[in-house]
Amino acid sequence: MSMPAPAHGAAVAHAPESFWSRYVFSTDHKVIGLQYMFTGMAMALIGGFMAYVFRMQLAFPGQSVPLYGLVTAREYNALITNHGSIMIFWVSMPVLIAGLGNFLIPLMIGCDDMVFPRLNRLSYQIFFVSVVIILISLVVPGGGFGGAWTAYPPLSASAHYNHTPWGAPLWLLAVALEFVAFLLGGINFTVTVMNARAPGMTAMRIPIVVWMIVIASLVFMGSVGPLIAGAVMLFLDQTVGTQFFDPKAGGDPLLWQHLFWFFGHPEVYVVLLPATGVVAEVLTVFARKKLFAYKTILGTAIATGIISFFVWAHHQFVAGIDPRMAHLFTITTLLISIPVAEMLFAFIATLYGGSIEFATPMLWALAFIAEFLIGGVTGIFLGANATDIYLHDTYFVVAHFHYTFFPIAIIGTFAAITYWFPKMFGRRMSETLGKIHFWGTVIPFNLIFIPLFLTGVAGQHRRIYSYENFPQLSTPWLNHLAVIATVALIVMLAFQVVFLVNFFWSMRHGEEVGANPWNANTLEWAAPSPPPHGNFVTMPAVYRGPYEYGVPDRDLDYWPQHVPNQEELPRA
Amino acid sequence: MSSEAVHADRAHPSYVRIYLALLVLLAISLLGPMFGHPIVTLVTAFGIAIVKATMVAAYFMHLNIEERYVWYILFVMLGFVLVMFAGIAPDVMLPAGQNWLHLPITPPAPPVHH
Amino acid sequence: MSHAADVRAHVPIATGRSATGIPTARLAVWWVLASEIVIFGGLIGSYVMLRLHHPHWAEEASHTNTVAGAFNTFVLLTSSLAAVLAHQAAEARNGPRAARFLGLTILGGLVFLMVKSFEWSNEIAHGFTIFRDVFWSYYYVTCGLHGLHVIVGMVIMGIVAADARRGRNLHRVELIGIYWHFVDAVWIFLFPLFYIAK
Ligand code: HEM
Repeated sequence: MSMPAPAHGAAVAHAPESFWSRYVFSTDHKVIGLQYMFTGMAMALIGGFMAYVFRMQLAFPGQSVPLYGLVTAREYNALITNHGSIMIFWVSMPVLIAGLGNFLIPLMIGCDDMVFPRLNRLSYQIFFVSVVIILISLVVPGGGFGGAWTAYPPLSASAHYNHTPWGAPLWLLAVALEFVAFLLGGINFTVTVMNARAPGMTAMRIPIVVWMIVIASLVFMGSVGPLIAGAVMLFLDQTVGTQFFDPKAGGDPLLWQHLFWFFGHPEVYVVLLPATGVVAEVLTVFARKKLFAYKTILGTAIATGIISFFVWAHHQFVAGIDPRMAHLFTITTLLISIPVAEMLFAFIATLYGGSIEFATPMLWALAFIAEFLIGGVTGIFLGANATDIYLHDTYFVVAHFHYTFFPIAIIGTFAAITYWFPKMFGRRMSETLGKIHFWGTVIPFNLIFIPLFLTGVAGQHRRIYSYENFPQLSTPWLNHLAVIATVALIVMLAFQVVFLVNFFWSMRHGEEVGANPWNANTLEWAAPSPPPHGNFVTMPAVYRGPYEYGVPDRDLDYWPQHVPNQEELPRA
Repeated sequence: MSSEAVHADRAHPSYVRIYLALLVLLAISLLGPMFGHPIVTLVTAFGIAIVKATMVAAYFMHLNIEERYVWYILFVMLGFVLVMFAGIAPDVMLPAGQNWLHLPITPPAPPVHH
Repeated sequence: MSHAADVRAHVPIATGRSATGIPTARLAVWWVLASEIVIFGGLIGSYVMLRLHHPHWAEEASHTNTVAGAFNTFVLLTSSLAAVLAHQAAEARNGPRAARFLGLTILGGLVFLMVKSFEWSNEIAHGFTIFRDVFWSYYYVTCGLHGLHVIVGMVIMGIVAADARRGRNLHRVELIGIYWHFVDAVWIFLFPLFYIAK
């Protein structure tokens, strides 16, 4: 994957660099961003392959899966565990926060790099080590960890129970290293945005996606601490034999659940917020209209971030928590849907009356809103403790959270990639292939997970290796649904080939574009495509907010942030 | 903790004096338990720890002359810890009683073979 | 706005900017501490709730060595004093003096660790191992995590002191000092939690 040499005047003159110093050990934020992005996308393929294997096992239990072979019960557990962990920690986080954050933040706030470039590189390197460890953990003796991505003790705490003496600690180590990498990255992002903004880039002129990434980094930072502490304890339980989470010895397994979800729930908003930021950017550009209610959107994001610290125990309604607390957490959970809904309303209001162009990024952004809404609405049922007691841990839950995660991690990512691809590589992706890929992903996605809502309501539990052992739950109708979901998954995975072809072909042969192919306002479009080391030919200053589209009395329907006001005077 | 002195030329307070005050507080926290009264111990142990930590933060870490919002950042983080504690403690501290039923385990019926 | 003539390679313009008025490096240290607060907060919070839940932990706690703990508090407070005096010297652009004070701080860390290892070996020898009870697990893990921070601080401080002696990177003296005071403040809470409340 070569990055085309900068075609335009480079801001910083450079001696020729070797491949290694340019693409592997670079401290350039754009290269690091792409490293995160490519790593994340490679991991998405692995996570997707795992989904394929275990879905095949569910649809055709006990039969050999093409490209994999027979799935044993233990392997099944390891597959779902690592599918979930990889999709969250090694796909959503690196692509949405680290990848986009690194690539976009310095460009969008108008500076030449992150404030700590070497720390940035270190963060990627730690992340990379965590990737290696999680992959190794899949093939060690005993197999990969199979205790679910939530890793509840006592199952996760002792090889005596989980039979993965190596898989479990390695899994935990990988997750912990990933946390460290994102803590470092988050501190870097936050300080960069606080301190390194271009002159004139006041707080209310920062593009929403940058705000979102920073808020997400802070929510991550605030919530991950207790889990890091918990991870140390669990690791010692696993390796040394302490009994922090063993009730027999005076420990408490519920404590881990709480520590995990105290992080785990904010975490879903950590990945949600950057995706909504991407959607906000794309919507305004392709509706040619000012973002509706910038400050409200910002307020809802902050409110979401804060309330997300008060909802975690809704994952534990059946764990024997204090029922009075369960009521409290029900209320906070219903409350958090308010700011999120408000944000979506603001997005829809942005579309109202705009001149909408259905380019591929716009399709993804619109799909995000539609699909995420389904995820959000079904979440209400799970947030209410009474209904959750029935629905808990059924496929209804699986379908619900995939209706939130898939829009975030996959649809949001594709919106971002198709939108910023010209900036990343100086070329355009094919619209035709893009649209084929879009429909080929979104339609099968719904066909995968709508059936799972039904099997969930019918009582099928998640994390079950084979329903053949439960006659009431393997009726022909339910088996039918399982087959539909699995076939749809295979179709969807097949369509990803279209994307890969489009991506790599366009990287070399796509139509070359100038600095600002979408006629957008934000600062990254003022830099050459792709931006050279140092980003801008002249460091920009900022004169207005990021969303001045369709301003009355202007010839152009956009008004870039870095263009001084008097520029328009001589036009008359 | 006045912030009048922000950006003043950092007239350094007498650090030795603050240090001595900290040592006196340390001594008090050691003497506290000798009264044998749990409330007194609680106050001398944790009340004084809070005072000491605040003094270290204000004078040694110079939060007294740092921008105000650094306090807020740190306090928000402390707030998150308190939220965590408040949400978890009811389950971890009081699991006896209404939340748990102690049921004898009934082993599952042996599988039926056809 | 930036010092364009900066000859050191690859110091981005970004690093020199300060829209908030707090120098970039110091701002980063505050955020590091913010993230540390939740890590220690999670650990200490978990300990406190279990401690309140298990009355017999008070009995276990009575076996910790209050004198050693108090002495260590004294040592850390003293080393913090040295760190802040180093900062004062660095602000007066007196690198060698700052380095000497930092050396004293490192010495303080060393004494702290020595006392700690004396304590631990004593306790382990008397059967109070990490496995004896969850109380002891918390005791070792919490103090161990804190001790790890002490070690890391000493290493970084050594590097900063070596630089400061040659008059380089004097602003870092303040930064490592802030971190060290934080480690000190954590110990200020660990001391009553593990040594006084019995
Ligand atoms: C490629 C399409 C995907 C399919 C077909 C799929 C399917 C599934 C299924 C069926 C399960 C439940 C397995 C079981 O309980 O036995 C599952 C679990 C899970 N998935 Fe996915 N998934 C996909 C993508 C994603 C994405 C994009 C994410 C997140 C960003 C994600 C996150 C998770 C998580 C967190 C779990 C829970 C794992 C656990 O139970 O420990 N999945 N997935």
